[in-house]
Amino acid sequence: MNLRKLTLMQRRSLVGVTFILPWFIGFVFLFATPLLQSVQFSFNKLVVAPGGYALEYIGLQNFHEALFVDANFNRILTESVSEMALNVPMILFFSLFSAALLNQKFRGRAAARAIFFLPVILASGAIAAAETAGLISMTGSSEVAQELGEAQSGFDTMSLMFMLDSAGLPEWFINYIIDGTSRIYEIIRSSGVQILIFLAALQSVPPAMYEVAKMEGATGYESFWKITFPMVSPLILTNIIYTIIDSFASSPVTQTIYDTAFRSQNFGLSAAMSWMYTIVVGLILVFIGFMVSRRVFYYN
Amino acid sequence: MDMPQSMKQNEMFLYRFNKARNRATDWAWKLLVYVLVTGISFVILYPLIRRISMAVKAPVDIYNPTIYMVPVHFTLDNIKQALDILNYWPMLGNTIVFVTVMTVLQAASCALAGYGFARFVFPGSNILFMLVVLTIMVPMNTLMVPMYLHFRSFDVLGAVGLFSGKDGINLLNTYWPSIITSALANGLKSGLYIYIFRQFFKGLPKEIEEAALIDGAGAYGTFLRIMMPNAVPALMTVMLFAFVWQYNDTFYASLFMSDSALMSIKVASLPADTNQYLPGLLGLATGAETRADPNHVAMIVDTGILLAIAPLVLMYLFVQRYFVESVERTGVVG
Repeated sequence: MNLRKLTLMQRRSLVGVTFILPWFIGFVFLFATPLLQSVQFSFNKLVVAPGGYALEYIGLQNFHEALFVDANFNRILTESVSEMALNVPMILFFSLFSAALLNQKFRGRAAARAIFFLPVILASGAIAAAETAGLISMTGSSEVAQELGEAQSGFDTMSLMFMLDSAGLPEWFINYIIDGTSRIYEIIRSSGVQILIFLAALQSVPPAMYEVAKMEGATGYESFWKITFPMVSPLILTNIIYTIIDSFASSPVTQTIYDTAFRSQNFGLSAAMSWMYTIVVGLILVFIGFMVSRRVFYYN
Repeated sequence: MDMPQSMKQNEMFLYRFNKARNRATDWAWKLLVYVLVTGISFVILYPLIRRISMAVKAPVDIYNPTIYMVPVHFTLDNIKQALDILNYWPMLGNTIVFVTVMTVLQAASCALAGYGFARFVFPGSNILFMLVVLTIMVPMNTLMVPMYLHFRSFDVLGAVGLFSGKDGINLLNTYWPSIITSALANGLKSGLYIYIFRQFFKGLPKEIEEAALIDGAGAYGTFLRIMMPNAVPALMTVMLFAFVWQYNDTFYASLFMSDSALMSIKVASLPADTNQYLPGLLGLATGAETRADPNHVAMIVDTGILLAIAPLVLMYLFVQRYFVESVERTGVVG
């Protein structure tokens, strides 16, 4: 190819290609190939041979086994998806609330910010694994450990429950709130990045808007719903997506898929499970993205 | 006409009343903010405080029910034993070197890709960027098995097989899988970093590059000498997150390097290790029958976790203000 014959635009786009070339090579060999291979594996029985592996086509048997034979997969999948559905609104509410709180002017704000973002660096899979393993070895059984773990966060929720009940709120709502308060640490721990994003969004709202609203006689409550909320609404979508993706990392489904592959050496079944999980989560992402983006207000 | 005296007083009273009311709401608001901030901060700090108290507590205090947080007998034995069991200092050095190398590689490769996507238009560039977003969305366990097998017998287009006659090199339990994925911008959360860099480069004025072009800089020179120095906020964000997430990562680490001396792997297996080695360290008989007191083991595990997060917390104390500022400046939000 003769460089001189190319137009300036073409030469420039060629330079652009060299910039993304490392990523592209990585993408083809470390993302696209494995992705297609894992589709292939999910329809095959994979036997690891020395220095390689052998495939044996078995059609949809892996999917059948995951859905109808495996005792746990269905339950774990539904549980973790419904838990995600419960967690996302709580994390969103909490992170927007905290960001609004941290955006106030008060003494010690710098220290408060430092503490609120601590979960970003402490949310570690290793620590969680060590904690559960520690509890299991202490009590000798994983079920007791789980109960203990839940009891450990022991806040007294009884009085809160009575209060909400006498306020005449519906039962499902009370259950939701109680559930949220007893898992408050978990929620706080997983909302560090979201607070960060919301806080940045809050600070990008032009102060002039609030000044005008105040002059026109709007209260703080009104200006929150009429200014702050619409202005940060694009970031609500971002945060929903981030929260859902983040929940992959620690979900029990991930653990099941990992164990199926490397404990029971059933690679095909594991690939089938992971594809079902990916598809379920993908559908949820598309659905939420579609629903929320229609309501979002874009300032620019 | 003069206002009647009573009306003047009334107005005066109203003014004072309003002023007092405003002040009261201000105070109440401040109080509410402080209560909430303190409460949430306590919930966040509680596990840390509990572990610190565990780390300095002597084993005799475990069964003393009157103790809350502040132990009666202080000791440094827990820390010493945890350091021993973790083989802490060599492992910490190893981990930090590994994590730093990964961070630099990721930042470099993702900055290149981000700049490419932000400033150059070529056929299919939009579709390629959609694929970057796709890499963020697909959960990593979908790729886990093929990646594992791929690195188990690593081969570049059959070249290794051709020359050595083997089926490729086994790269598991070396650092190469992580180095390769990071250098090719497909490592841990790389898609997110590319996205951050792209957003940031898009926000920079084009005139800078045009000026550089007129002054005779090539595209690569412009990138290295003009754009990168301007991209320090984005670079800071990416490096901070890459460092922290790489340090905490258990998924890739246990997939590719389950035997390596990395902090995340050692901490995850700490309870088992403690059960095994603690009786020996305490000078008890080492047999299959001897088991350490589970509460004592839990104490050592807590101390170990504290030691594992200590470097991150220390680092955080110095750089925490960049966390907020950087995200604000990178324009992830814009």
